[in-house]
Amino acid sequence: MIKAILIFNNHGKPRLSKFYEHYTEDTEQQIIRETFHLVSKRDENVCNFLEGGLLIGGSDNKLIYRHYATLYFVFCVDSSESELGILDLIQVFVETLDKCFENVCELDLIFHMDKVHNILAEMVMGGMVLETNMSEIITQAEAQSKMEKSEICAFLSLCRPLSFSVPDRTGRRRPGLLELQHAPYRPSRT
Amino acid sequence: MTPSVRLQEMIRVIRSARTQGEERGIIQKECAEIRAQFRQTDNGERSHSLAKLLYVHMLGYPAHFGQMECVRLIASPRYSEKRIGYLGAMMLLDEKQDASLLITNSIKNDLSHSSQYVQSLALCTLACMGSSEMCRDLAPEIERLLRASTSYIKKKATLCAVHIIRKVPELAELFTPSARSLLSEKNHGVLHGAVVLITELCERNAETLDKFRKAVPELVTIMKGLVTSSYSPEHNVAGISDPFLQVRILRLLRILGHNNDSASDAMNDLLAQVATNTDSSKTAGSAVLYETVLTIMDINSESGLRVLAVNILGRFLLNNDRNIRYISMTSLQKIVQTDHNAVQRHRGTIVDCLKDQDTSVKRRALELSLALVSPVNIRSMMKELLIFLSSCPVELRSQTASGIFNAAERYSPSKRWHIDTILHVLTTAGGDVRDETVPNLIQLITTASELHCYTVHKLYRALVKDISQQSLVQVACWCIGEYGDLLLKGECEEIEPVQVTEDDVLDALETVLQSHMSAPATRGFALTATMKLSTRITDNVDRIRSIVSIYGSCIDLELQQRAVEYNALFKKYDHMRAAVLERMPLMEKNSPGHTNGDSSGEIKEPEPAKTKPVEPILLSEPANQVCDLLDLLGGTDTPVQPSSAPTSTATTTSSADLLDLLGGLEPTPVPAVTVYEKNGVSLKIQCDSQTDTDITVTLIASNSTQNDISNFTLQAAVPKSVQLQMKAPSGNVIAAHGLGQVTQTVLLNNPNKVSLKMRVRVSYSDQGTMLQDTVQIDSFPSPSWNSQPSIGVL
Repeated sequence: MIKAILIFNNHGKPRLSKFYEHYTEDTEQQIIRETFHLVSKRDENVCNFLEGGLLIGGSDNKLIYRHYATLYFVFCVDSSESELGILDLIQVFVETLDKCFENVCELDLIFHMDKVHNILAEMVMGGMVLETNMSEIITQAEAQSKMEKSEICAFLSLCRPLSFSVPDRTGRRRPGLLELQHAPYRPSRT
Repeated sequence: MTPSVRLQEMIRVIRSARTQGEERGIIQKECAEIRAQFRQTDNGERSHSLAKLLYVHMLGYPAHFGQMECVRLIASPRYSEKRIGYLGAMMLLDEKQDASLLITNSIKNDLSHSSQYVQSLALCTLACMGSSEMCRDLAPEIERLLRASTSYIKKKATLCAVHIIRKVPELAELFTPSARSLLSEKNHGVLHGAVVLITELCERNAETLDKFRKAVPELVTIMKGLVTSSYSPEHNVAGISDPFLQVRILRLLRILGHNNDSASDAMNDLLAQVATNTDSSKTAGSAVLYETVLTIMDINSESGLRVLAVNILGRFLLNNDRNIRYISMTSLQKIVQTDHNAVQRHRGTIVDCLKDQDTSVKRRALELSLALVSPVNIRSMMKELLIFLSSCPVELRSQTASGIFNAAERYSPSKRWHIDTILHVLTTAGGDVRDETVPNLIQLITTASELHCYTVHKLYRALVKDISQQSLVQVACWCIGEYGDLLLKGECEEIEPVQVTEDDVLDALETVLQSHMSAPATRGFALTATMKLSTRITDNVDRIRSIVSIYGSCIDLELQQRAVEYNALFKKYDHMRAAVLERMPLMEKNSPGHTNGDSSGEIKEPEPAKTKPVEPILLSEPANQVCDLLDLLGGTDTPVQPSSAPTSTATTTSSADLLDLLGGLEPTPVPAVTVYEKNGVSLKIQCDSQTDTDITVTLIASNSTQNDISNFTLQAAVPKSVQLQMKAPSGNVIAAHGLGQVTQTVLLNNPNKVSLKMRVRVSYSDQGTMLQDTVQIDSFPSPSWNSQPSIGVL
């Protein structure tokens, strides 16, 4: 079972936090901080598995993480999940985000937190892996957004363009997460 | 400006805050606006306010005032509002909040909604935060959805069912029939969910497990289809067709095949096929291969397959990718108990991994190395472990230290090696060892009488070099105090002689006493050692006297008391000083779990049947049950003192007459029941108290012969899951003619409520001849007033 899914940046600011077990708000923040602390100490070429901290359940739990450019994607799982499988799942998740947001970068996750949640809800439900087929996930997520948009449009009689990406102030497109992962020498700007 | 931009606007504003304080201010303002928003009537803005609130919640600010709003939004007819409402419910509500009950009705309605997306929202929320009451209410709905509807809903309903079963295990029967039929679905998502559901059902209930064994052929077919199918782009990850589903199915097969020959046979071919055909160059293939290996090891597979599996693991171990190495060590850990020899072959690689840079890999390698230590390789392994200890990361130190101690106690080839190892650990990592190391080590040293000279020399040198490691200093002080005369003699066969004068020794002790690094306990040790030296040295008694009298006015109460008492010893009781400060007698190891005053190691002497060297406890299945039972006792400690009982009686044959204990419920005083009576020596058992999991008995021994019997000891063994604690006996000499008796209290803790048995070995010497006998107490009946004891005598 997946206990929690966390996305935070290189400075520890949470970009997405989803807990599949109940913790109080304080504990949740503490978990995020502790996880960041553990994960940020790791070198670049060590393995992607960490024995978890004490807060998120002790000896049975592992942290499986991947570092993409400025973001850490951390899945906290217990022993019933296959570790290598979760590693692949993270990759599928990021690739799905990439397809949905067109070259996703951290800003996309910041400004469209709810959409990220919706995509995640199509992949992992109740701590269990629901769907891993990228095209299926994207189809469903888009159908749902269409439904939502049509309601808003109908309500406000205004239409908003259906693009997801938010250009930054200068209008330039920042390099996406996956690009930076494959070309580590490009300077990453936050 | 369209409303949805407001969320992004707020985010932008928050991000532009330069300080934490500024951010807090902005968020407070926003929260106030949101609260005002909530209070107004519906104007289409509520969903955006809630979205803003959820963002604020993620950053860590309180957001509980949004809970009722979630409930209201969920009940709204509009999809966008429902969506954000459900998201809010998942993030803000939990089963402890009362508000969560209010959404049950909305969920129920939404589960029958015409739009499948609304249904899916409801299912998702129920699976994430459904409480047991909610689950109970809605379970029939979920079951209906399992059977009817589209595959999109089916897969969500399946996982929701898993959540329900986890919350309310009694509802498992409700889902069993539908689960079976789901296996014939084509959609991978539904299949995946179905396999998870079946896995959950089988794990919870053994009967369901039996029923699902019939599904093994079906699962095998599905797997074959996945493995041999040609390139299908949809589910393809790095060339493997839907590795997630493959891994799930393999896991289910593992559960179904465990301990079952027919099921295992059905899977053998498939597993061989997967193992040989899967391409493991990418992570996905490795995941499948790894799962296959675990499955092979866990079911009753043929030996050829097992060899294949261990070879695959060995290959993984040599892989360059650290992830793969980590995973292979994790799986080797799981099989090291059952296939010890196979794992031993890879010992070299594992020990090399100790030197890896990665902490996680090091941790795995450490655990595995400790599991692989055996009497054959103890010396080389220990060398590696000690090297590791000196360079290992801080978080692993205490684990390493205690692992080394355990291994040394079980397998040390000689006392001197043992002492050397412990000293080495103390010098490198003295701060991270457990507290009981010091008394354990002292006790070990006292028993190794031939090594006293060597030990005290080594310790003295270590002390002179470095006084910061408290455990080491304490042991060193104690030894110098005890064996100071040996130190001063200067000669020692096993170590190069160095002339040590009395002044040097006293200097060293004084340094410890005065150093700010010494803990109060350490200073106590040093002071006592100094005092003891007053009888062992000749010239500097005055110096000792002055040291001791200084501390008579020390602030530390403990030290002050000691110093004052020692002062008195010098002044008024000088005649007694020599007697008081004599060498200490041999100490008995008296910690919980030990039989008192004997060596558990002696009982561990291998049975004639055992040809292998002493292996970890779990491997001695074929051996005599006594050895098994008694192995647990002392845990892992070496023989503590030379035992008086002969070691030849390895095969204890006990005619197992049953002995019932009175199930004595207090407060009725229960009479003692005679358990053993032979040659005038009798042993009685009296039940002192009994609860569900604990029972306290007293063993009373008496002697009706003409002569006193001496060296009377009792040893006891209990089944594996029971914990035994024997208190100190009242003595070990029983007077003749029934004039005296020896009592010993035994506490038994039986958390798993297995049937309690106890085997007691009685040994004593009667007029110079050693005698020994065993009694088995086979049934301790549940507390009842009327159970009659029946007595078994060997």
